[in-house]
Amino acid sequence: MGDRPVAFVTGSRTGLGRALAEDFLRRGYAVEGCSRSPAEWTADGYVHHEADVTDESAVTRLVLDIARRHDRLDVAVNNAGGASMNHMLLTPVATLDRLLATHVRGTFLVSRECAKVMQHRKSGRIVNISSVAVPLRLEGEAAYGTAKAAVEHLTRVMAREFAPFGITCNAVAPAPTDTALLRGVPPHKIEDILARLALHRMGRPEDVVHVVAFLTQPASACITGQVIYLGGA
Amino acid sequence: MPAVTRTELVALIVAATDDVLDTIGDEARAPLDETTRLFGEGGVLDSMGLVTLVIDVEQRLNSRYALTLRLADERAMSRRSSPFRRIDTLADYILTLISEHHG
Ligand SMILES: NC(=O)c1ccc[n+]([C@@H]2O[C@H](COP(=O)([O-])OP(=O)(O)OC[C@H]3O[C@@H](n4cnc5c(N)ncnc54)[C@H](OP(=O)(O)O)[C@@H]3O)[C@@H](O)[C@H]2O)c1
Repeated sequence: MGDRPVAFVTGSRTGLGRALAEDFLRRGYAVEGCSRSPAEWTADGYVHHEADVTDESAVTRLVLDIARRHDRLDVAVNNAGGASMNHMLLTPVATLDRLLATHVRGTFLVSRECAKVMQHRKSGRIVNISSVAVPLRLEGEAAYGTAKAAVEHLTRVMAREFAPFGITCNAVAPAPTDTALLRGVPPHKIEDILARLALHRMGRPEDVVHVVAFLTQPASACITGQVIYLGGA
Repeated sequence: MPAVTRTELVALIVAATDDVLDTIGDEARAPLDETTRLFGEGGVLDSMGLVTLVIDVEQRLNSRYALTLRLADERAMSRRSSPFRRIDTLADYILTLISEHHG
């Protein structure tokens, strides 16, 4: 077994996932990432997989590959996913299906397969990325908010089910942050969301990175089943 | 398709069950064989033990025979008589899965 801790970050091609992967590298982890399209960046110690988190066989193969090469897995971050802003009356059901698949099915599959590897060493950290859309009950985000609410519920149940294996499960809910996810959202809509937060400013990738780093430290072993909302949601 | 015999499967499940019981710290147990009851009435494993065994057997099948099987599939979990009752029923269930997925 390698001495170097191993982190797996989904959706690491861009945005928050990339920032998280780069931070794990800085902290001495070997990092494995995935997205549906090829990687747009490289770094020493980083391996990118082209895999869709909604595809059960692809996820199983990927996690087995990580386990085979490293013989350990310390951290999994379920970050992959997109959003959609629309009034529910104008939301095609296909959008709901797509968002539930990426956020809920993806988080379920990745966590299940990663926990199978983590339980060998009776230790592991799973961090899921939610959104302030859940506590703010944001109108215009019925499908996205519902998918993220399910991710929060899954986080809390996994915390209990995985506790006997020494695996903690928590979630971080970012405030609006300037990534590809927000392109296409009109600025006044983002202003509306910021107005409803205690801190009326855009989130930064570092805000999310900081909380994930905190939750994955060895000293955070007794924190599980929690959702941390950023920006004062 | 990798050739896996029933005898090999039974041996693999016995070894995996032994490992799980060692971890639990159950030292005063009778030797295991294919008639050993795993789960349910008179079974050697509790539900956490069964979860660990299923994961362990899946991983052994993968590393030894390059098989990617999910033992806890919908059918297994909804069967009237669970394939996880005894070592032999689990071995037979795995043989069925292998012939379906890789046959
Ligand atoms: N930015 C925000 O304001 C904000 C706020 C709250 C929460 N979040 C959450 O933060 C997470 C990251 O989003 P982001 O802002 O960094 O957006 P982003 O830049 O669009 O990143 C999303 C990443 O996920 C990947 N991805 C999408 N679907 C996937 C799938 N099915 N399988 C594997 N990878 C997939 C994408 O790559 P491919 O397209 O190549 O697959 C992309 O790399 C998301 O869960 C999002 O809901 C973001």
